[in-house]
Amino acid sequence: MSIKGKGYIVGAYEHPTRLASDKSVSQLHAEVAWGALQDAGLSKDDIDGYICAGDAPGLGPLNIADYLGLTNLRFLDSTDVGGSSYLLHVAHAIQAIALGRASCVLITLAGRPASEAMATGTAPRTWGVNVPDDPFEMVYGRTVANAYAMVAMRHMYEFGTTSEQLAWIKVAASHHAQHNPHAKLRKVVTVEDVVNSPMISDPLHRLDCCVITDGGGALIVASPEIAKSLKRPLVKVIGAGEATKNQAGGYIDLTYSGARFSGARAFEEAGVKPSDIKYASIYDSFTITVLCQLEDLGFCEKGKGGAFVSDGNLISGVGKLPFNTDGGGLCNNHPANRGGITKVIEAVRQARGEAHPAVQVKDHSLVLAHGTGGLLGTRHGSATLIMERE
Amino acid sequence: MTPASNRKLMAIQVDPTNKPYFDAASEGRLLIGLCKDTNKHFFYPRGCSPFTLSPNVELVEARGTGTIYSFTVMRTKEPFSVAYVELDEGPRVFTNIVDCDLDALRIGQKVKVVFKPTQEGSPPATMFTPV
Repeated sequence: MSIKGKGYIVGAYEHPTRLASDKSVSQLHAEVAWGALQDAGLSKDDIDGYICAGDAPGLGPLNIADYLGLTNLRFLDSTDVGGSSYLLHVAHAIQAIALGRASCVLITLAGRPASEAMATGTAPRTWGVNVPDDPFEMVYGRTVANAYAMVAMRHMYEFGTTSEQLAWIKVAASHHAQHNPHAKLRKVVTVEDVVNSPMISDPLHRLDCCVITDGGGALIVASPEIAKSLKRPLVKVIGAGEATKNQAGGYIDLTYSGARFSGARAFEEAGVKPSDIKYASIYDSFTITVLCQLEDLGFCEKGKGGAFVSDGNLISGVGKLPFNTDGGGLCNNHPANRGGITKVIEAVRQARGEAHPAVQVKDHSLVLAHGTGGLLGTRHGSATLIMERE
Repeated sequence: MTPASNRKLMAIQVDPTNKPYFDAASEGRLLIGLCKDTNKHFFYPRGCSPFTLSPNVELVEARGTGTIYSFTVMRTKEPFSVAYVELDEGPRVFTNIVDCDLDALRIGQKVKVVFKPTQEGSPPATMFTPV
């Protein structure tokens, strides 16, 4: 059984805030839920399924569904695989819809790491108590930044990738962010700006890293019947894949990500290939994240990502694969340190033809969104969605 | 020349399953897992084989030598190097490279184990230094 064509994304909303010191996390969940309902043209009581992840306070589907006043729920999910969770949630929602267990599923994300002055990437951070690998890593000062930096270092060693090539990813994101009034960083930067920014963890510079922002986003996934009853452009999910990558008992290989598996599954289900994709939202916690995933999704050969991203190839209107036209996590928004939902939201904007006119792709018939949640190279959830404008 | 800093290290969370590994570290020995079904070493140690999930595993002493598979120098505060070291037995372990010039580190460099004190009552951390 396939989920192809069994569900549509009918509502998508990104909170405009990037610093929400005057709001609680639960209130942000409520505001994005309201925004997505307004976008779809639905009301609260139409929602019969709810999904959230670890950013939701308390026992998410209990406490946040309570805060939102969702009383008609017959489907719940709180799968948490970090920033990739929300892409996986879209697929899980459609599985429930296909089985008749739900018809209209709300997904929310919100958080306020900026207000809480969190050093997201550069301070040791773990995912909870009793995590089995922590005693073998935290004492060594593991941070998100140094874990991703080692992926970049190995990629450079094996394939000759350069800092200048990685910098092109940030440059492309900044070209898009200049048109987004809500983006945290709107200044267009050059390759020189990136490689001359302070070194955080060799070879990743400050401008190779994503922003830290408050905010959130929400999506509503609905059955074909509901989607066709609404007045919004139809964005149909035609392929989805999920996977984990792990440490293989210590036989780790830093050069590839779970996108190799989740991407292949999504392309197979959709019956399309990477060269058919007109726009791609690619998780961009760091520049190296994008490079690795582009290779693993099959947009270019393994090891050739550096050449692929160079010379503006990811810039809308310039290159062959416009990516992250909202400015992505690198320039626009990385709410709650989890960029998955904004990846789907911008892909939906593109498929609808509602991205900023300066970055809207002309042919928006087929779009992709991909996320990695956790540590690139060693252990993460990976999720890929392929959507078609009907 | 950037000397590796002597950072203050946090206490290690010892649990009933990983305790034998850390007890050995306190005695200056590096242990790794061995899956007796596949005769393959693994890391981090645990009570099951990551290859078969079988409980047919044991801890064995590693030679304590290896090569740098990847590394980075974290430069936001006092500089220190995080690395994956490929042990001669095969597994790649997350660690720090210490007692060295951080600017001279390179992938493929040979290293050997050293044990660095953490906190009072907590076992030492298994680190590596260039041979």
